Amino acid sequence: MGDTRNPLVLVVEDYQDAREMYAAYLQFSGYRVAEAANGLEALDKTRELMPDIILMDLALPKMDGWEATRRLKADERTRHIPIVALTGHALAGHAEGARQAGCDAFVTKPCLPDALVTEIERMLSARRTEVTGSRRASRTSGKTKHT
Amino acid sequence: MSAVTNIPLLSSAAGVQSPEARLALAEALLGANDLQSFARQALDWLGYHAGVEQTLVAVADPASPNLLLIAERGIPSPVLADFTIRRDDETHPIIRAMDRAEVTFFASTASRETPFAGMGFHAFPLRQDDEAPSLGLLIAVSSSPEVHPDLLWVARQLSRQPGRLMARPGLAESGFGQERMLLYSIINAVTDPILLTDTEGKLIIANTHAEKLFAAPEDASEGWRRAVALNNMLFSAALSTSAVTQTDLARRELLLVDPLEGSDLLFELLSSRAKDERQGTYVVSILRNITDLARAREEIEESYRTLRLAQAEVRDERHRLDLIIDSVADPILVTDPEGDIVLMNEPAERLFNVPVTAAEAAQRNVRANGANLTSFVSNVLTRTGEQRYRGEIQLTDPSSGRALPVEALAGTILSEQGELVWVVTILHDLTEALEKEVLYERVKQASAELERKVQEATAELAQQNELLRRQHIELEQASALKSQFLANISHEFRTPLNAILGYTHMLLHGVTGAITEPQRKSLTRIDSNSRHLLALINDILDITRIEAGRMPLNLTRFRVSDLIDEVMSELEPIIRRSNLAVTTRPRSLPMVKTDRQKVKQIVLNLLSNALKFTPSGSVTLGTSLDTKTEMVGIIVRDTGVGIPEESQSKIFEDFRQLDNSPTRGYGGTGLGLSICRRLAQMLGGSIELTSRLGEGSVFTLRLPVRPRRR
Repeated sequence: MGDTRNPLVLVVEDYQDAREMYAAYLQFSGYRVAEAANGLEALDKTRELMPDIILMDLALPKMDGWEATRRLKADERTRHIPIVALTGHALAGHAEGARQAGCDAFVTKPCLPDALVTEIERMLSARRTEVTGSRRASRTSGKTKHT
Repeated sequence: MSAVTNIPLLSSAAGVQSPEARLALAEALLGANDLQSFARQALDWLGYHAGVEQTLVAVADPASPNLLLIAERGIPSPVLADFTIRRDDETHPIIRAMDRAEVTFFASTASRETPFAGMGFHAFPLRQDDEAPSLGLLIAVSSSPEVHPDLLWVARQLSRQPGRLMARPGLAESGFGQERMLLYSIINAVTDPILLTDTEGKLIIANTHAEKLFAAPEDASEGWRRAVALNNMLFSAALSTSAVTQTDLARRELLLVDPLEGSDLLFELLSSRAKDERQGTYVVSILRNITDLARAREEIEESYRTLRLAQAEVRDERHRLDLIIDSVADPILVTDPEGDIVLMNEPAERLFNVPVTAAEAAQRNVRANGANLTSFVSNVLTRTGEQRYRGEIQLTDPSSGRALPVEALAGTILSEQGELVWVVTILHDLTEALEKEVLYERVKQASAELERKVQEATAELAQQNELLRRQHIELEQASALKSQFLANISHEFRTPLNAILGYTHMLLHGVTGAITEPQRKSLTRIDSNSRHLLALINDILDITRIEAGRMPLNLTRFRVSDLIDEVMSELEPIIRRSNLAVTTRPRSLPMVKTDRQKVKQIVLNLLSNALKFTPSGSVTLGTSLDTKTEMVGIIVRDTGVGIPEESQSKIFEDFRQLDNSPTRGYGGTGLGLSICRRLAQMLGGSIELTSRLGEGSVFTLRLPVRPRRR
């Protein structure tokens, strides 16, 4: 993984339309994107590609997002990779569960693509200052917030 | 048959009269004019002085074939009536006794052929000397052969006189002498005083009983003489009254004095006039002593009166008793030991006595009652030694036939000898008591029934409560399931909605290349409707979470003014578009501790509503503080359309906007205020509204400065 290349985002999402939409918008926004449809696949892809950041849906088949997060955070090699949880379940406990599992941030679905990109940029820039690396997002896009 | 014996003289000299008494008689005899009065004086003297009471003198008058009775004293009338003895009957014991020289004693066994049959007597022949023929007899009744010396002396005196006296005229001519003697003796024998008087009351003849009242002997005491004088006066007065003038028998009462006793004697005087050709009119009077009779009558009257009084008293007593026992409402009966009713009061009569004309059933009932009573009384009798006996008798009301249970209380009444005389029984009607008992029993039953019903109802209520509780639990579970379902469904809604929004967004941002203006317009419509749908889903989700109690509170301390600034800046684009004068007037408030996110959600909602429903004018965002209740207020005031009073409470209900038509003029889900109120309540606060149609509205969110334990 060369430092000059654009950051790699692993999008873990079982709902294909949403996954491809985020992937398309992230690529449009200048990121490299890898995709996984479930928790197991997410673990494999992470160990294989070592992405810069992981966008993790929590409700997943085979292995859910919490379990996958716990395992990644428990792995020495993947512990440093920031994970942004995507939760559609607004009921109490989901967000807290996500934090306890080791998620670094979480975004409530529905989440518009540009809001997601904004969050990813924020996480990555925070990581850069921590690591004192020169990694940076190539572009920011205009953002709109819903009320 | 004669019983001639030597007659001994009475040896004792005790009965011999003093020479003075003999002298008095001798003088009297010398003065006598005729034989009859002479003989009578002699006999009287014997009676008074010698105690020889039954004597007679008979003479042999040559003019009469029979012995002539010239005087008698105390001889019974039958003897006088039989005293008819022929002078020439020389076999007759009395004639033979007359011809003897000495006195003859006839013992009672020897007197059968004389008039003195059954009596003993002495017969003294009267002769001047032993040679001369006997002139007559002095007979003196005596049971003993001994001769009283006075009697012998009187006989001698009499013997000297007859010759002289018999020579006189009068005796011979008295052809009726014998009968007069008889009459005298008869009159004398009558115990009632008999008098023959002239019309003035002057005494002509009196029998001995009359003489006792109307004549006093010469040696009588002063009192005696006065009493006799008084009696004569009273008698004359009695005769002189009207009755005497009539020839009919007159009858009246006459009060005289007993000369010897001095006591009052009451006589009935019967007097009648008789006419005698020689002596003229005279009056025969018979006095009947009714003193004892009157006394007896008085006593009888007295005792009768006493009896009447006693009877009256008894009657009164009885009447009182009747009144008393009749006044007792309970039947009272007195029975004899045989059980027969002796006495009963009126209430008892109704049970034990009916008129014979009463109905057959009534008669039967009365007989049955009587039998029951008798059996009760016999029970009482067997309980000897007990003064009182209590029992129950089943009686029947004669007229109605109704059963009449009575309590009987019996007491026994004993005679002085301790024998049972009466049984007094008082009956007390138990019907009422029994009815009360029955009633009480019924009340008890009803009470028990009521209690049972109450218990049943309570049990049922408890069951119902339990059922309700279960239903409540089930409902809660159902509600929780519903919330879960809604949460799940909204999640499922959002996944595709997320994709729709995302792709629309990408198209609008030219990710897939440039788009034409009509395309942009359509994509914008898709975008706005998708956002509305998303807002709806989010609101439903909020309500669901609140209702399910799964909306967590995140308490932090913050300044209200900061929060207001934040809200203002977030809504800045809308404010700018609205052309309204939007101002904030925050007062200095203390820090509050509450859920900042939820307060912000409420204020955002209230302010966007104000902006939405105010076409022109101003919107003001202010604050207030109530130090007393420690509540802060966030006040949103507008000059908008306002809310009519009748709708002010409705706008907080779910899906409520005033314009409920499908094509509403204003956006929004209609859940905003409903959620705001629920959130405010969650935080221990409230939302109040004051509004007037056309003038605007004021919404005030009140929140406690710090959370309160609820």
